[in-house]
Amino acid sequence: MKNSIILLLIFAANSCFSQDLLAELDQAAPKSPEYVSSTFKSTRLVNGQTVETKGKGALEFIFAHRFGPISSGAYELYGLDQAYVRLGLEYGITDRLGTGFGRNSQDKTMDAYLRYKVLRQRSDGAGSPVTLTAFGIAAVKTSPRTEDATYDIQFEDRLSYTGQLIVARKFNSMLSLQLVPTIVHKNAVEPEIESNNQGLLGFGGRLKVTRSIALTTEYYYRFNVPSGNPYYNPLGFGVDIETGGHVFQLVMTNSRGLTERAYLTETSGDFFKGDISLGFNVTRTFQLKKQK
Amino acid sequence: MKSLILLGCLFVAAVAPAQKFISETSNVKFFSKATIEDISATNVKSMCLFNMASGEIAFVIPIREFQFEKSLMQEHFNEKYLETEKFPKSTFQGKLIGYTQDAKGSQEVRAQGKLTIHGVTRDVDIPGTADFDSHRVAFVSKFLVRLEDYSIPRPQVLWQNIAEAVEVSIDFILKPYEK
Repeated sequence: MKNSIILLLIFAANSCFSQDLLAELDQAAPKSPEYVSSTFKSTRLVNGQTVETKGKGALEFIFAHRFGPISSGAYELYGLDQAYVRLGLEYGITDRLGTGFGRNSQDKTMDAYLRYKVLRQRSDGAGSPVTLTAFGIAAVKTSPRTEDATYDIQFEDRLSYTGQLIVARKFNSMLSLQLVPTIVHKNAVEPEIESNNQGLLGFGGRLKVTRSIALTTEYYYRFNVPSGNPYYNPLGFGVDIETGGHVFQLVMTNSRGLTERAYLTETSGDFFKGDISLGFNVTRTFQLKKQK
Repeated sequence: MKSLILLGCLFVAAVAPAQKFISETSNVKFFSKATIEDISATNVKSMCLFNMASGEIAFVIPIREFQFEKSLMQEHFNEKYLETEKFPKSTFQGKLIGYTQDAKGSQEVRAQGKLTIHGVTRDVDIPGTADFDSHRVAFVSKFLVRLEDYSIPRPQVLWQNIAEAVEVSIDFILKPYEK
């Protein structure tokens, strides 16, 4: 009897020693939620927005450029003679709330926006399967000057607003896809060809091919377009190249506008007839406030 | 007789010092000096478990919990270099050698075992110090990790590569662990 008790004790002690410490640590570790990062490389996909927000205290300078259509031929050096530019700044107020403003040379448009990451995709299987960002932008078209206009133009007529709910999922480290229900409201339109409110649904994705390079695409479908409308649905393809604090995005798109109103509702090129513009978005991020 | 043995066992169990210790606080840092910009990050979410009797020791470092001063650098660290989604944790499992349980003050020790970073496991021998008092165990260690050894690409800050090894310092304070 004595022997068996001693044996039991030895056995108990032994099993205690041989237990895998790593497995034990795993059990003891507090479970905290894990979120996916870098669904996309940038806050822009091709022309449009992504679910990404800048980190807290990060300031991003965005320089974007769209040349003329390749179909304009040799005389225009395949579009390179003409270009529209947008200069912009975006700032991360918190990791989830961002704001920005910019100016696009097309229609001399100035814009200001807010974005908020409502849901974050979890990488540990629990919680939200997608990231959801709400985006809202107001833009004012400052061209033409009131005294130069051939018609009576009020300040309100220059305004437009766009609201988007951007839903994205990072399926794995290579593939991310997003859906973007969108509404564009313009205060003043030509009623024969446009309505004040235009609903759209955007589709987009990225495929990461190397550590620093990704391929992107984006398409927006417009609902209930009036029959006299001369515009096209915007379509674009791009390559993201990332180096340190920079992201270069080389794009091909049928749209030359760089604000929501312009590229979503006033895309004038027919992609399949060669009205494709080359362009790029270059971003540079500066950390203004240090993270704790 | 039987009950006497049992009693004796209980008594021994009650007065024996705790055998296992688990981290109460942790601080894991890495640092790399570069001409343009030093790279450093801190992690306070690591965990360590130590079996005083057998000398077995293990620690787990959740890679995503490294905090950088720059959010973009942190994103690149996870996304481009450590591939955190694929390899969320760095671990060590092995034995602590060269310590005396009842010695006072700081003593030189070595931890020999397997260190896993970025999915690559290597045998390592890490020097450090241990300090035992009756209620706490403190481990401090500083060692170099060669990025190439763990298939981590060498990042560039502008045109300059950072050093091929980064300095990792580990600081754990452990308390008795009862389950």
